[in-house]
Amino acid sequence: MNVFSDPANFDVYVTGFLWILKLTIGGTVGALVLGVLLAAMRVSPVPVLRGFGAAWVNTFRNTPLTLIIFFCYFGLYATLGLTISDNLERNNYWLGVIGLAVYTAAFVCEAIRSGINTVPAGQAEAARAIGMSFRQTLTMIVLPQAGRTVVAPLGSIFIALAKNSTIVGTIGLAESSNAMKELINANGDVVIPIFLVFAGTFAAVLIPSGYAFGWLANRLAVKR
Amino acid sequence: MSTNTDTVLYDHPGPRARARNRILTVVFGVALLALLYWVYARFDAKGQWAAPLWKPFTYASTWTDYIIPGLEGTLKAAAVAMVLSLVFGLVFSIGRLSDHRWVSIPAGAVVEFFRAVPLLLLMFFIFYGVPFLTQTPMPVFWAVVAGLTLYNGSVLAEAFRAGIRAVPLGQSEAGYAIGLRKSHVMQAILLPQAARAMLPVIVSQLVVLVKDTALGYIIAYPELLQLGVNNLSANYGNVVQAAIVVAIIFILVNTVLTWLAGWLERRTRRAGRTPRVIGEAVAASGRAASGVGEAQG
Repeated sequence: MNVFSDPANFDVYVTGFLWILKLTIGGTVGALVLGVLLAAMRVSPVPVLRGFGAAWVNTFRNTPLTLIIFFCYFGLYATLGLTISDNLERNNYWLGVIGLAVYTAAFVCEAIRSGINTVPAGQAEAARAIGMSFRQTLTMIVLPQAGRTVVAPLGSIFIALAKNSTIVGTIGLAESSNAMKELINANGDVVIPIFLVFAGTFAAVLIPSGYAFGWLANRLAVKR
Repeated sequence: MSTNTDTVLYDHPGPRARARNRILTVVFGVALLALLYWVYARFDAKGQWAAPLWKPFTYASTWTDYIIPGLEGTLKAAAVAMVLSLVFGLVFSIGRLSDHRWVSIPAGAVVEFFRAVPLLLLMFFIFYGVPFLTQTPMPVFWAVVAGLTLYNGSVLAEAFRAGIRAVPLGQSEAGYAIGLRKSHVMQAILLPQAARAMLPVIVSQLVVLVKDTALGYIIAYPELLQLGVNNLSANYGNVVQAAIVVAIIFILVNTVLTWLAGWLERRTRRAGRTPRVIGEAVAASGRAASGVGEAQG
């Protein structure tokens, strides 16, 4: 009856969530770096940069992540020959991280940009009045305040990223959705416990994370 | 957009700033062109510009056999799931706001659970797991629609709840004062106002739904990614080209929907008549819904 007491099955479960964890970490780092860069581009005085940032956001925010991950494998890897690691599993992992980061960066960029818009104009005017440059104003005055207002939306984005990591299963990585599918197909008599264990693991981690981000956002909120 | 951030971050550029911006424009313009050329060269080296790979898109059969049926599959699943998730969202938001704890607690648990579980996991369970229980195969269309409904319905339930709670308390007090029952106050006073305030959120959730139908590809539902990219490129060997064309179609459809959301927001924002707090609630639930929602699949 108890599927998970079988060490082989338990191993499938653990491996699945380890991949989700690794994808989430890799995707988060990539999306943060790219997203902050894109946000800086979108508020910069140079039209070419603004256009590039806007094009990125409009393209990737409106394209399904499934299509992006699909393209990373069949387009970048299989057709155009982009290879990051000789180990197929590692390679799929990195292709997945690229897809997740490229997609999520669009959302990070928009969240940060909306955060920048909440900073009162007087703050930046004061910074300019004492002779700060655009870069100084952005990195020392505006971004720190904007960062505190976007904790909640960024939290939601990273929770979504963790859930979206399951989509990398499309290109054959044995993450938790594939692991669950495998266990369900092998143990048709206990599908509900299997689903509850997998779904419950996500819920047990992500629901408290959501509340934690909410709490943090309240604590860090800039009182105006 | 730019007017707002412009005033926050920098003054009107003077001659030196203009010169510097021009230099930056040229430098990044050149870097961008170099990047584009590199992509072009990379495509070229792999023979991706060869005419036979692009020519299929000029055949009528490509569109009538693959892309249009795929788009139909995508839009059909999205439309049915949208209607069902609106019903789901309505029922569970009202349930969660109920005064009876035996209604509100289970409703809250359902909403929180389905918002936290990855949609793909849900679809796999419905498609592969439920047939073991019912002993009948699950039609792939309904597996996709059921998954989309449970997830997006839960997101909408939270949006509705925020909208209902944002209606000023005096409104329902006035309702009770003239002798309306609780259910009547909800139907006649709270819901219509919440629905109007939440209209943009509802439409932007449609964008999420349209994108999420692409998950149907993984369980072989004949939608745009399945037919337009997978099946098409199996015939012509043009994965890169097919993916680009299909991505453009997705972007066009979603841009129209986003534009519709903006238009609705402008139309429904009637100065002086909408209670001020609703604006905050829209922002708050917009964060909740678009943050969690839009970033999904």
